[in-house]
Amino acid sequence: MAKKEIDVRFKKFGTVSFTSTSKVNDFIDYLDQGKVVGTRCSKCGLDFFPPRADCFNCLGSDLEWFDAAADTGELVTFSKMKYGPVGFENDLPYTIAVADFGKYKIFGRMDNDLADEAIKIGMKVKVSANSLDNGNMNYVFKAA
Amino acid sequence: MGKVGIIGVGQSAFVRTYPGSLKELAFEGFKEAVQDAGITSQEIDASVVCSAPEYDKQRSPAGIVAEYLGLNPQPTFYVETLCSSSSTGLKLAYSLVKSGLHDCVAVVGVQKMSEITSAESQERMGRGTDIQWESPFGTMMPAYYALFAQAHMNKYGTKPEDLSLIRLKSSFYGRLNEKAVFRKSLDMDQLTSPDSRLTDPVASPLRVGDCCANADGSSCVIVVSEEKAKSLSREPVWILGVGAASNSVNLTGRELFSGLPAAAEAARQAYEMAGITAKDVDIAEVHDCFTIAEMMAYENLGFAEPGGGKELIQGKETYMDGSIPVNIDGGLLSKGHPIGATGGSQIRTIVNQLRGEAGDIQVKDPEIGLVHNIGGVGLYGNVTILGR
Repeated sequence: MAKKEIDVRFKKFGTVSFTSTSKVNDFIDYLDQGKVVGTRCSKCGLDFFPPRADCFNCLGSDLEWFDAAADTGELVTFSKMKYGPVGFENDLPYTIAVADFGKYKIFGRMDNDLADEAIKIGMKVKVSANSLDNGNMNYVFKAA
Repeated sequence: MGKVGIIGVGQSAFVRTYPGSLKELAFEGFKEAVQDAGITSQEIDASVVCSAPEYDKQRSPAGIVAEYLGLNPQPTFYVETLCSSSSTGLKLAYSLVKSGLHDCVAVVGVQKMSEITSAESQERMGRGTDIQWESPFGTMMPAYYALFAQAHMNKYGTKPEDLSLIRLKSSFYGRLNEKAVFRKSLDMDQLTSPDSRLTDPVASPLRVGDCCANADGSSCVIVVSEEKAKSLSREPVWILGVGAASNSVNLTGRELFSGLPAAAEAARQAYEMAGITAKDVDIAEVHDCFTIAEMMAYENLGFAEPGGGKELIQGKETYMDGSIPVNIDGGLLSKGHPIGATGGSQIRTIVNQLRGEAGDIQVKDPEIGLVHNIGGVGLYGNVTILGR
């Protein structure tokens, strides 16, 4: 009998991924297609970002994907990092940030092409799928 | 059910590199606390060992620490809430004693961070968040608190110099603390001049001077029932209130970026349990892993209105002779922050103050003391209120 294949797509998320399997592994395929997806509970209508496989409200697991890349958010806060943890040295310096999209928030990085002076709390942003030098993927905020 | 008190407190010197093993380090704080309590270790009928994992190789630290301290065959429990582990341990000890299960419990906090490099420890701390969704972006604790500093500055007009005033106070008192890592007194020029090493950026807007140092250290708090205390010569300091709360680990679940709701909720619980308000607190130890953390603590504990923390430090109200002395043992910024040992060290400072045994930093006749100890960037909030 063939060995059952393990779905480790989540290894592709971020500069260093610390998770290999997840019930929301399809997130990675969407990211490959340029979509940054969250999940919406089909029963409660709650939006989740990052996507969840299970709704804590109704305990249901019937969730639908939605594309956050279509929405516009507002930058809530950011920090430009001069030092980083082991494994992220080649990315430095980089800026982490939180943006508010109304029904959900997203934590990620600012696009490297944005000048420091252009990054301000309250600026309008879009989230965008991003390829990394090591072949992995993440998402970044760009000015909307 | 009777009251629950603290009969003994101890801590090791907090140092950059401890020249011994984890259990030997734990022994140092434990020995001081047992001697302080005037008991023998045989009288301790349970232990709670507190640390955060992965700074050293020891798995299940409670077992080996209990063995080395001579606390077999008594039960031992391992408790972890990152940087607030030993405050959580105190709450567990309180519950064990209050329930009548035990009448003398040692809360032992220990952390040996020097086994790994600073960048490795940042990687460990960066994994104190959601490893699936946040750590892959390259997160670390200074950057998390920096996000809150940025939002606080934007919302309330807080300036980097306001944060430097907090480090200035810390260094003023840190020089007096013989167990602190950092004992140099600093001036505002060193903290604000662009030429100073202390203004080098770490994670904007936080700079080197805004950050505490990793350290090796241990602490111990011995908790007893009112009944047990009657047989001992020392007068206990009573645990009047214990509050604890949690918050979303993913920052996407937060509503507020200029304060820590888990700290405010823990404070609310602790004040209510003790039957007091913020105005009744005579002295406080707060979790100043970064300068902004102390600023937010002022506001979350009700010492200042939201956004009013800067006026408190500008007016030196949190100095020894101010209206509410805070971290006059030098705080984490001067003492260093050996994660699991930190809460016990804060408790030790307040117990010594309430006993009138705080030496050079003794405030006049304090009756109520408060300890605020945070895990992560407000994932875990712990507030403990102590009284004579």
